[in-house]
Amino acid sequence: MSEAPLLIVEDLSVAFPGRTGVTHAVRGASFSLGRERLGIVGESGSGKTTMGRALLGLVPRPGAVTARTMSFEGRDLTRCSERDWEGLRGRRMSMVMQDPKFSLNPVRTVGWQISETCRLHLRTGRRDAERRALDMLQAVQIRDPELVYHLYPHQLSGGMGQRVMIAMMLIAEPDLLIADEPTSALDVTVQNEVLRILDDLVRDRGMSLIFISHNLTVVGSFCDRVLIMYGGRIVEECDARQLHDARHPYTRALVAATPSLDEPRAELATMARDPEWLK
Amino acid sequence: MTFIGLTAVTFFISRLTKIDPVLSVVGDKATKAAYDQAYHALGLDQPLPLQYLIYLKRVLSGDFGMSVLTSQPVLSDLLRVFPATLELSTVAIIIGVVLGVPAGVIAGARKDRWQDQAIRVVGLFGYSVPVFWLGLVGLFLFYGRLGWVAGTGRLDVFYEGEVTPRTGVMLIDAALDGNWEIFGNAFSHLVLPASILGYYSLAYIARMTRSFMVDQLGQEYVTAARIKGNSFWRTVWRHAFPNIAVPLVTVIGLSYASLLEGAVLTETVFAWPGLGLYITQALFNSDMNAVLGGTVVVGSVFIGINLLCDLLYKLLDPRLRAQ
Amino acid sequence: MTDTLADWLQSEAPTSRRQAVAGNTYRALRAILTNPTALVGLIIVALLILMAVFAPWLTLGQSPFTQDLAGRLAPPSGAHLFGTDELGRDILARTLFGARATLTIVILVSVIVVPIGLAVGTVAGYMGGWVDTILMRITDIFLAFPRLVLALAFAAALGPGIENAVIAIALTSWPPYARIARSEALTVARSDFIQAALLQGASTWRILFRHIVPLCLSSVIVRLTLDMAGIILTAAGLGFLGLGAQPPEPEWGAMVSSGRDVILDQWWVATIPGLAIFVVSLGFNLLGDGLRDVFDPKSA
Repeated sequence: MSEAPLLIVEDLSVAFPGRTGVTHAVRGASFSLGRERLGIVGESGSGKTTMGRALLGLVPRPGAVTARTMSFEGRDLTRCSERDWEGLRGRRMSMVMQDPKFSLNPVRTVGWQISETCRLHLRTGRRDAERRALDMLQAVQIRDPELVYHLYPHQLSGGMGQRVMIAMMLIAEPDLLIADEPTSALDVTVQNEVLRILDDLVRDRGMSLIFISHNLTVVGSFCDRVLIMYGGRIVEECDARQLHDARHPYTRALVAATPSLDEPRAELATMARDPEWLK
Repeated sequence: MTFIGLTAVTFFISRLTKIDPVLSVVGDKATKAAYDQAYHALGLDQPLPLQYLIYLKRVLSGDFGMSVLTSQPVLSDLLRVFPATLELSTVAIIIGVVLGVPAGVIAGARKDRWQDQAIRVVGLFGYSVPVFWLGLVGLFLFYGRLGWVAGTGRLDVFYEGEVTPRTGVMLIDAALDGNWEIFGNAFSHLVLPASILGYYSLAYIARMTRSFMVDQLGQEYVTAARIKGNSFWRTVWRHAFPNIAVPLVTVIGLSYASLLEGAVLTETVFAWPGLGLYITQALFNSDMNAVLGGTVVVGSVFIGINLLCDLLYKLLDPRLRAQ
Repeated sequence: MTDTLADWLQSEAPTSRRQAVAGNTYRALRAILTNPTALVGLIIVALLILMAVFAPWLTLGQSPFTQDLAGRLAPPSGAHLFGTDELGRDILARTLFGARATLTIVILVSVIVVPIGLAVGTVAGYMGGWVDTILMRITDIFLAFPRLVLALAFAAALGPGIENAVIAIALTSWPPYARIARSEALTVARSDFIQAALLQGASTWRILFRHIVPLCLSSVIVRLTLDMAGIILTAAGLGFLGLGAQPPEPEWGAMVSSGRDVILDQWWVATIPGLAIFVVSLGFNLLGDGLRDVFDPKSA
């Protein structure tokens, strides 16, 4: 607990200039991350995905990222050259994306894609990379790694695809993993399986995790701390177990809106948005 | 199926012509008896659908009739001139691919930046400049004023007949003969027309490549590749590019087919003795058999390449292969 | 006064059909005029039309037909801004009048190709089934034909002339429009408002004509504008081979052809008309690109 935080972010903003004016996707976000699991919850348009991309230096043009501090493992990310980023991405920090249908390369085999991360960072030979990829496939509980290694993404089910994605992004053993809606595109029955695999891997390797989602319940049970984002700002920061004690009205409304089988209600609660929250 | 259509159209055209096909066989001064005989021999007294079938049968066996101009069977004429067009188009497509594909990739990767704008302008010109005019201007500049390349025709006049025609492709034949002087001369005659044709191919290929590239670079897997630590250009060439390789092959094939068309005008300007020149000369001399025969050949090659591209597409895409 | 007009046009809640249509047109026009490529293209096309219409008044007193064999192949000068051709005719005048041939071909081909393409495409897309299959087979057959060569063969059979050139070009150009119309019709055919119209008792023809066709129009127009350059180039190519407008009518392709023999010394005879062809094609390409950006940005 007395270690220096892995990631320190102060006053991070991302702006997209457009034809009708500037869109501020992220406004003045500040937080820090240690060896823990941090959830970021928000609805569409809250800026959570953009923030994830900003942490990896992958905000698309013409977006502009500014921050007073953005440091990872003591390294100033705002001063990173593209070369520096290439060394960091995949190796020290990584991201699991939402839908394997789109986030895996359709014309490369699964094995090639997983072992590529090895070849890029670990200076392993081809045979060694292949072996590691097979080990990784085993680690994400794919039953027949030899077979799956030579398959193409379109031949995989959703759950398998996402596990391949996880394998691909964790094989170089990064210190920080950002999971951007990792189970949102999956069937409900498969979601828990994938979450469990993620849970095991993150714990076994001692990684820090940022879990981005719109699903408060999942984040609440998976993470240690939660950030709530709305309109590009972080409106609340609290312990995962203390969500029901949240102070910001938006968070309280989110918690209240969550349906529960234990407390049947006649009507689902909806929230009344206060424009004050956008300030 | 399409081939039937093509032949139907050419047949239709041949019946449309105001030129009397009988006269072109028997000549102006034939007697009525000779005329009637030829009329019957040509099958012109048969009902129209039957005439078409006879025509189709002849075409399939390679019989396009006799050329009025050369007094040879059209088929042998076509075989004689085709290699020249092949040589021209092939060099042109090579130029188009070698320059066009990287240009398109770079334009797509650097979308809206100066490389993209520049390449798009070059491409835009390729869609707007008339090929025959460009050929003339090219001749004027590079031959007339600068003297960098040779003039019209395939070889300088005093070299003609000195190369043993084995394949009909001048560069190959000269190389096979070991005659490097003629090779050089043939090359300098080929450079300008091939470059001009190649420019059109380049414009089309670059535009399509750019469009494909822009599509791919907006996909999630490209971001995933960057997350893994790939550099931008490595992502472009090793991740995005393989995804466009298959449609690109189709595009190149189609471009090749359309080059055969462009060759018609280019050959006319450069007096290049290929299929295009053959057709236009036949045109000027009202040699209908030759014109239609040439049309069927060009059309068939066109259709053939289209079909081939469709087939290749299905074969090469791993997603479609599984089906 | 103009303030309220602008407001009326831009209103998000139009109260009448006229207002909605006017508003859409206004918005489209504004989008076109603010897009630089479209604007340049539009200007060039407008210039073409002006040249063709006002040619007699723009020739600075020269006639495109008067021959002057003594002054043939004269270089550009005060009297003849672009020089004279091989028969001593003023090239500026001939270029201006040549715009007429080009415009004629553009208009005639469009007028033939768009209705045929729309008719075939919408019927095929809406009816589906074997009607669709047959129509698409026919379309595919025509699609696979090499345009210039077939036009050549046609012109060869029918004889040279601008009408035959138009027919030949039109016959090989209509398939893409049928394709576009068909795919639009397919998307729309099953939608609710068509079902509603059917329930109201609308006949097939009425549905096609008043509901489906208008929806296909914008894609067809964009494609037409983009194709126009190709049509002009093909027509010029035919003209170059002597198959377009016949002498003494000036036609740009034919003018380039007649300047061919003297290209090395009297370069202006072939170069000027060729430039005209180039600029006009460029104009249509720019306009088409701009229109496509406005109406269908995702395919840029």
